[in-house]
This record gives sequence, C-alpha cells and structure tokens, in this order.
Amino acid sequence: MINRILAWLTDGAHWQGDDGILRRVVEHMEYSLAALAIAALIAIPLGLYIGHTGRGRFLVVNAVGAARAIPSLGLLYLAFFWLAPRLSGEIAFLAPAGLVLVVLAIPPILSGAYAGVEGVEPAARDAAVGMGMRGTEVLRHVELPCALPLILSGIRSAMLQVIATATIASVLGLGGLGRFLIDGLAVRDTPQTASGAVLVAVLALIVDMFLAMVQRSVVSPGLTGRYGKVRV
Amino acid sequence: MNRTRIALALTAVAAMLAVASCGSSSDPLASGGSTSTASGGTIIVGSANFPENALLAEIYAGALSSKGVKVEKKLNIGSRETYIPALQDGSIDLIPEYTGVLAQYFNKNAKATDANGVYAELKAALPASLTVLDKSAAEDKDSVVVTKTTADKYNLKTIADLQPIAKDLILGGPPEWKTRPTGVPGLKKLYNLEFKTFRPLDTGGPLSVQALKNGQVDAVNLFTTDPSIAANGFVILDDPKSLFAAQNVVPLITKSKVTDTISAALNAISAKLDTATLGALVKEVVVDKKDPAVVAKEFLTKNGLG
Repeated sequence: MINRILAWLTDGAHWQGDDGILRRVVEHMEYSLAALAIAALIAIPLGLYIGHTGRGRFLVVNAVGAARAIPSLGLLYLAFFWLAPRLSGEIAFLAPAGLVLVVLAIPPILSGAYAGVEGVEPAARDAAVGMGMRGTEVLRHVELPCALPLILSGIRSAMLQVIATATIASVLGLGGLGRFLIDGLAVRDTPQTASGAVLVAVLALIVDMFLAMVQRSVVSPGLTGRYGKVRV
Repeated sequence: MNRTRIALALTAVAAMLAVASCGSSSDPLASGGSTSTASGGTIIVGSANFPENALLAEIYAGALSSKGVKVEKKLNIGSRETYIPALQDGSIDLIPEYTGVLAQYFNKNAKATDANGVYAELKAALPASLTVLDKSAAEDKDSVVVTKTTADKYNLKTIADLQPIAKDLILGGPPEWKTRPTGVPGLKKLYNLEFKTFRPLDTGGPLSVQALKNGQVDAVNLFTTDPSIAANGFVILDDPKSLFAAQNVVPLITKSKVTDTISAALNAISAKLDTATLGALVKEVVVDKKDPAVVAKEFLTKNGLG
C-alpha cells in the first residue's frame, strides 16, 4: 500500500494541470488563508477588547466554547441550502465553505487574544498607566506585545484546524486537496485517497513550522527569554 | 459526547443489521414460503426496500386482486441480494424489477444498453424457474436533467441537442462521473459534448437538485423517477444513443405461477406506465406523503385497470 501511495505521489502527471497536486495545494491554501484572515479580523479585535476591558467575557467565552462544538459538515450543508438560492455562480459554493472555516477558526484565535491580554502582568499595566499612557496606548504598547505569543499560538492552532478541514470544500465541488479524497473514494482509488490525506497532513505540518518561525521572530526576546546581542 | 453518540448510533445500526439479516434468511420469508405452496393459487407480491418499488408492488397487487387473483403482500424486503433468493425458494412469487440491473445480476457480462437489447439479454440470463412479462416504458436510471427554462431557451429534447451549447454550460454530477465511462468521458465519446466545467456534487441527491434549481449548474445527473424532477418541473433529456443502460420496469415472476389472467393484468399495467407517470406517482408518495396503496389504487382506477 505504501508503495502504491508513493507511486501515486511520485507520478509527475499527478502534479500538473488543472486538477494536479500543485493547483490543488494553491487552492487549498487560498481557501485556508482567506478564511483565516477573515476570522482574524473578527476575532483579534474582539479578543483584545474583551481582554482589555473584561466586558462581555462570560458571554463570549461561552459562545466560543459552543461554536467549537458545531459539526463542520452539518453547517456546510445548512449554509449551502440557505445561501444557494440567494447567491449565484461560484460564490454560492465558496460562501458556505468559507463560513464553515471562519466559524472553525474564530474560537482558537479569540481565546488566544483575550487570554493573552488578560494574562499580562498587572505590574506592567500599572507601570504603563503610571507613565501617563491612556487605555488604547496601554493596549497597543504594552498589552498587545505581551499578548503576542498567545495570539500567535491561537492563529497557529486555527491555521492547523482550517488546513485539515478545508478538505470539506470539495464536498460542494470546490477544489483543494479534498478533491483527491472525495474523487478517490468515489471510484475506490485508494492510492489517490491516501495520497490526498498525506498531502493535507504534510501541508499542515509545513505551514505550522513556518508559523512557528514567524512567531519566534516577531515576539519580543524579552518575553521569550532569548536575549539577542545588545546593540548600542 | 458527540463521539459517544456516534458510537452508540453505529452500534445500534450494526445490531439492527445483524437482526435484520437473521430475519430475512430464516424466519418470516421461510414460513411464508411454506404457506404459499399450501394455498396454491395465491400470488405473493414482494418489493425492494425503497418507495418507488413498494409503490409498483402495490400497483401489481391491486390489479391482480381486482381480477380475482388471491394476493398476499410482503413489501420492503431489502436489496436484490435478499429478494432474488426469496423468489427462488418460493417465499415470494412476483416483484417489480428493472431490466438493466437485473440482467447484470444474473449475467455480469451483460453488455447491451438499449431497451430491447437489455430485455433480450435479461430473458436469456434468467434462471429456468423465473420469467419476466412485458417491460414498461417507465425507466429508473441515470439521466441528464435541465431546468424548464434552459430546455425552452435552447429547445432541448435530447442529450444530443446540447452539442452546440455545451461549451457554455456547467455540468453537475457525482464525483465518479469525472472518470466513469457513463459520465463525462461517455458524454464526450458518444455525444461529442465538452462542457465548460464539470462540478462534482452528490449522487442524485439534494446538492444536485439545489445546484440545478438555483442555476449553479446548468445540467445535472439525476435518476429519472426522482420526485424532485416532477416537483421542480425539471426536464429529462432523452438518451437516443443509450449512454445509460436501459432500466425498464418489468414484472419478475415465478414461471410456474403465471396464468393468462395474471400476465394480461400485469402487461396492461406495463402498457400504461412511462417514466413521467411513474415519477409523478413516486412524488405523491415521497413528497406529498400519501399512502402508497391509495396512490396505486388511484392509478389503477384512472386507467381502468382495477
């Protein structure tokens, strides 16, 4: 079996063309990044606000917890049957798939953001206020940088989940690596199905490693305990 | 929580299947068999476990009993793998069948795709104890379906009429259509059709129906008697080159049970059934939730058959 998967993956013909692996990886990343960006635009400001003010914490924490329990495939069908009569063309397929992935990505990003801000040392916050900073300045110059490690790990875990789940876009006939899973299953082409699964896992790992490097480079060394050379 | 529920549901389904398989192989059908041979002239009508087939069985049963034949019903038995053995051991005597799949069941190498060719192959493949009566024009098979608007706009009657416009149309169908000989490759080979794109959806299910209804695809693969065709006014395109093998509804019956009265009554039904009629009847059962026995009775009365 492993040999057949390797044979499928190393067949050059499977990498090229409109339904080749390269095209599918690009589609998969397009869906994933678009969903992640939308989710981040919603979840980061909301999380910072909740962490900074403490307002709406109970409601949001519980709503987010509940959102994690939504079954993605069920939501996908529900969204399609609701949206399809209201939208025309390709967007009728993209919107439901996007919605599902955004709903999936919001909880980890949101909880990373508010937990990060909430967990900032009260002493640091007090010092900032003592220096005469106003609320938004405290948020921007102290709370945000200090919360960055948790915000970024929220994004990392959201990205991982989105890449793994973006395969369901193919249920609605969209592209992405899910095509190999669904098309392979439909004709009992096991090497194709298994290769699709392997590709999703590899893609998720590569992206996660990349984000880990980003995290390492943007987080203040003062927070991670890695002091660089002192420049004068 | 979710996982446990799924696990419980799966266990329940497995248990039900186990129970069901025990039942079909031993108890009810076997005892039915022994009483039937004792009572002589009674015809036991069976059906597969889906609404259209049970409805057809009701129609057969209704017509026979109005001609004075004693009828017993054993409907929703299961799949072909279950009811064909039941027919061969005398547990049932008559069941509505479909020519193409039945020919395939008895002869894996059956090749014909046109209605008469399939019917001839089927007759040749049947075991000696069984026979089929006249086939009806009604078929439950794969088809290419468009909306009424599309059909009127381009004056479409058959799949071949799509040829000049296919390059602007989106075709929807099950994922396996991409590579299956009776899917996209077959449409290209037999009808020289190349669609703008092929969108993989589901197998004649709700996604396909919605996508066609809302215009996300222009043509889609549905089964010819799918009640959503009648419900949405979709148009089935004829298949003059028989890309999809014929699946005419046909009564499959135990040879020793056939009398002139029985064959006349069943052949009269086959003469009146076509795909649109059957589709409309199935819609009454599945969409309008009417009792299949009542729908069958109305059909028979309307056509002077019962």
